[in-house]
Amino acid sequence: MPKDDGIGAATVRREDVRFLTGRGRYSDDIKAYGECAAVFARSNVANGTIKSINTDVAATMPGVLAIFTGEDFVEVGGNPAGWLINSRDGEPMKEPKRPVLAHGKVRHVGDAYAAVIAETAAQGRDAVEALEVEIEEHAAVINMKDALAGTNYVHDEIGTNQCFDWGWIEDNRAATDAAIKGAHHVTTLELVNNRLVPNAIEPRCSIGDYNPGTGDYTLQTTSQNPHMTRLLISAFVLGIPENKLTVIAPDVGGGFGSKIYHYGEEALVLAAAKKLGRTVKWTSDRSEAFLTDAHGRDHVTKIELALDDKGNFLAFRTETLANVGAYLSNFSTVTPTFLHGTLMAGNYTVPLVYVNMKTVFTNTAPVDAYRGAGRPEATFSLERVIDMAAREIGRDPIELRRQNFIKPDQYPFASAAGLEYDSGNYDALMDQMEKVSDKTGFAARRAESEAKGLLRGFGVNAYVEACGIAPSNLVGILGARVGLYDAATVRVNATGNLSVMVGAHSHGQGHETVFPQIVADMLGIDAASIDIVHGDTSKIPFGMGTYGSRSLAVCGSAVVRATEKIIAKAIKIAAHMLEAEASDVDFSDGTFSVKGTNKSVSFGEVALKAYIPHDYPIDMIEPGLEETAFYDPANFTYPSGAYCCEVEVDPETGKVRVDRMTAVDDFGNVINPMIVTGQVHGGLGQGIGQALVEQTTYDDDGQLLSASYMDYAMPRADDLPFYVVDHSQSTICTHNPLGAKGCGEAGAIGSPPTVVNAVIDAMQSGGKNITHIDMPMTPHRVWTAMNNAQ
Amino acid sequence: MYAFDIERPTSVADAVAALKDQDAQALGGGQTLIPTLKQRLAAPSKLVSLTNIADLQGIANDGDTLRIGGAVTHATVAAEVRLTYPALADLASHIGDPAVRNRGTISGSLANNDPSACYPAVALASGATIITNTRAIAADDYFQGMFTTALDDGEIVTAVSMPIPEKANYQKFVQPASRFALVGVFVAKFAGGVRVAVTGASNEGVHRWAEAEAALTADFSAVAIAGLTVSADNLIADLHGSPEYRAHLVKVMTGRAVAAAS
Repeated sequence: MPKDDGIGAATVRREDVRFLTGRGRYSDDIKAYGECAAVFARSNVANGTIKSINTDVAATMPGVLAIFTGEDFVEVGGNPAGWLINSRDGEPMKEPKRPVLAHGKVRHVGDAYAAVIAETAAQGRDAVEALEVEIEEHAAVINMKDALAGTNYVHDEIGTNQCFDWGWIEDNRAATDAAIKGAHHVTTLELVNNRLVPNAIEPRCSIGDYNPGTGDYTLQTTSQNPHMTRLLISAFVLGIPENKLTVIAPDVGGGFGSKIYHYGEEALVLAAAKKLGRTVKWTSDRSEAFLTDAHGRDHVTKIELALDDKGNFLAFRTETLANVGAYLSNFSTVTPTFLHGTLMAGNYTVPLVYVNMKTVFTNTAPVDAYRGAGRPEATFSLERVIDMAAREIGRDPIELRRQNFIKPDQYPFASAAGLEYDSGNYDALMDQMEKVSDKTGFAARRAESEAKGLLRGFGVNAYVEACGIAPSNLVGILGARVGLYDAATVRVNATGNLSVMVGAHSHGQGHETVFPQIVADMLGIDAASIDIVHGDTSKIPFGMGTYGSRSLAVCGSAVVRATEKIIAKAIKIAAHMLEAEASDVDFSDGTFSVKGTNKSVSFGEVALKAYIPHDYPIDMIEPGLEETAFYDPANFTYPSGAYCCEVEVDPETGKVRVDRMTAVDDFGNVINPMIVTGQVHGGLGQGIGQALVEQTTYDDDGQLLSASYMDYAMPRADDLPFYVVDHSQSTICTHNPLGAKGCGEAGAIGSPPTVVNAVIDAMQSGGKNITHIDMPMTPHRVWTAMNNAQ
Repeated sequence: MYAFDIERPTSVADAVAALKDQDAQALGGGQTLIPTLKQRLAAPSKLVSLTNIADLQGIANDGDTLRIGGAVTHATVAAEVRLTYPALADLASHIGDPAVRNRGTISGSLANNDPSACYPAVALASGATIITNTRAIAADDYFQGMFTTALDDGEIVTAVSMPIPEKANYQKFVQPASRFALVGVFVAKFAGGVRVAVTGASNEGVHRWAEAEAALTADFSAVAIAGLTVSADNLIADLHGSPEYRAHLVKVMTGRAVAAAS
């Protein structure tokens, strides 16, 4: 067995060879013969009635092939929400139609109401400018509280701006209220989880093709989950039969959630391709990405923590308004509910949790899952209010957390928010965090900072999240309109190398390296002889794609199950070749051998026999060596961690600098520690970005003020410290065959409250009575808070 | 981007002639203009590139004054004046990113007069003279408000004459997204007095802070401005800072520039 590329090896990412040498093949790199361009006409007002669209002039412009408006899609379906959520009173959520192109009304700046297909994109843009459009502008619905109080509706037909009013766990509501009412101490905090623009480095791109000779459609698109996109287009939007539609997601330059969803542009290029018999491409520019990619977060929350006189947590209660924007994106209803409310017990033995979540339509871009998806919002609220409570009652924030931690002997643990955590050891994570962060050296570092005129703060955080979504039966009960298994096909070729077709999609995660490590480890063969095929519905089994840190825990488990089937069949073939009973054949390190003898055959020999089945028990064993497995997880997985950071704040300018950041995570069994470290680094960068610089601002008219990199700050290398990343304190996931929990989102979940807690600590050390600052903690905001505290 | 013609003259005279066409637009390094064109926010019929004109290249030093050709890039300034005018080199080395510094030119920056750009601050604080194809304009007369200069249509900045101060420093407090100056202060100490230029702060664009200049001319130390206040009137309000914040930063950055001046 080549140990250097099996499970646990820090194998170098093979996909980076093409990415780093310019050989990646992204959607816009694909040039089809006769391809033409789609260009969208997008609303420049947030809320308006489309009075007329006159296409006469535009239609005669050079190169123009066709013009579509919302009228052309009245007969087709809408793009649905993936989860049906019921309000506390049992009423189903409001689900207004999300059309391919806006019809009747435009509902956010960037909402597409027409599309021009032209020979070139430049000609298409000229024609879009020549459209004669009359849109009657209405007052925009932007602020969530105003949206709920007013009668100006984003969707007139539903007569409200509230999508649903959800309670979790509703049966615990009265008990939670009573616990808070009678508590020795209650800490209350109102906070904002700031709206984020996803900013994948590759903007969205969709290419539609139609073959009139066969009736086959092909969509090449920037997707994290091509099968789900196909299902949505087939079953809900255009009605193209699944067998006539191939969806291909080639190399994709990052998604962070924003490319999970089906967007109208994908349906448009398919419809246009059918109409014209031409390949139709649309490539988003960066401005369109800012205006139309599904944004993330955007919660306004009031959280209360009740404690007894010994510091034991008695209850958490939250009231949150969550922005869903102008239309329901596919995961927009599950993200603030089951991916959020179920985590509101955190790492703690707290007996009562009650979450009230009202989701609100506004005249802004749709809001949906973004790296962490609901769990960052939960962790942020919990870990901020716990920090505040520790300060209020004069307890050390680490000790207060430890006192309330679930202990290692309590697993499986039924949390007060309705989940069953299978494993964890939060004290061990905290111990390791204190050790590797050199916490004891903080006082000396603070003195050094103060000598320079700077304030230094130490912030801590503990988190647990839920990954590996999800058991299909459970999510079905909770309102999901799909299952959440994944699938893999392991195809052993005749010459002994392998193609592994997986339902997960890799757009930065390193699947092409990691999945072969698993198979190589199980089969005892060289990982270099194994290739991963993903992203093409015509090649791979029906998988649910990549999000929610699920690829390894769910699709990786399917890879294990399929490989187990390969081994089981190969043992039968080997037994025949070795003239032995299958029960007497052992398989290890790529060799089948008969117990107690020196008789053996190699994996390669068995593969060849399977495909050239001469002298083969054809009546008992089928030829070939190819197996498929669908894996439906038994539970979520529960990664957890303890983070800390140290910040320096310049009291004269309000500038915050993260000086040290330590992330100690329990991801269960780690397959490739280098890739895991990279995932944590990426998540930390995004989390620190949310905490310090990323600011999405709509004005009262619904104009996005931070609509370019001139005003929307992304974290850059010099905003970030060198990280200490540790995953030595693992507990194994008990219910999947890899023991893996998932690592993709942890950094973005654990870091924002850590940074805010550190800044508040710095403020307090400077004698400022500041208990909270909303993210992003820009210099202006920190300076203003300090000024107001004087 | 809309279609346009481009000319690449090799002499100032040819450039001036080319710019006489209606809707012709001079192109320096293009670090502002090209993104503007890509957004279809401008539609010049013709771009006249200035970067192939030999007379607009090169940096000369007569001991008291630098003469910087109009088409000299920020990267070249950063590399070549490090010993003669280190504060200028430092300023140039922190404009944008390497791509911007390798393309962007001093004349492009000065002609655009972005209210948050760095070069206007050093030009004004140094008491520079902006030399064009027709005349020499004192910096005090050249900068006339946000995106507004004394340049006439078709007039080309051919060089900048920059007196070298005894001591100088530039403090840029960056806007987190664009990394232009949220507030930038350039302090230059000459034998005849101190000049303080502020960028990023005002709706009027780059400007001098007269009270600080007087105080620092009398006593070149951060303490000298401790008693001064900066009015927030007519300062920029945007996502990244209020007028009051900018007013505060003007004083803080001035103090730091004085302390760091060398």
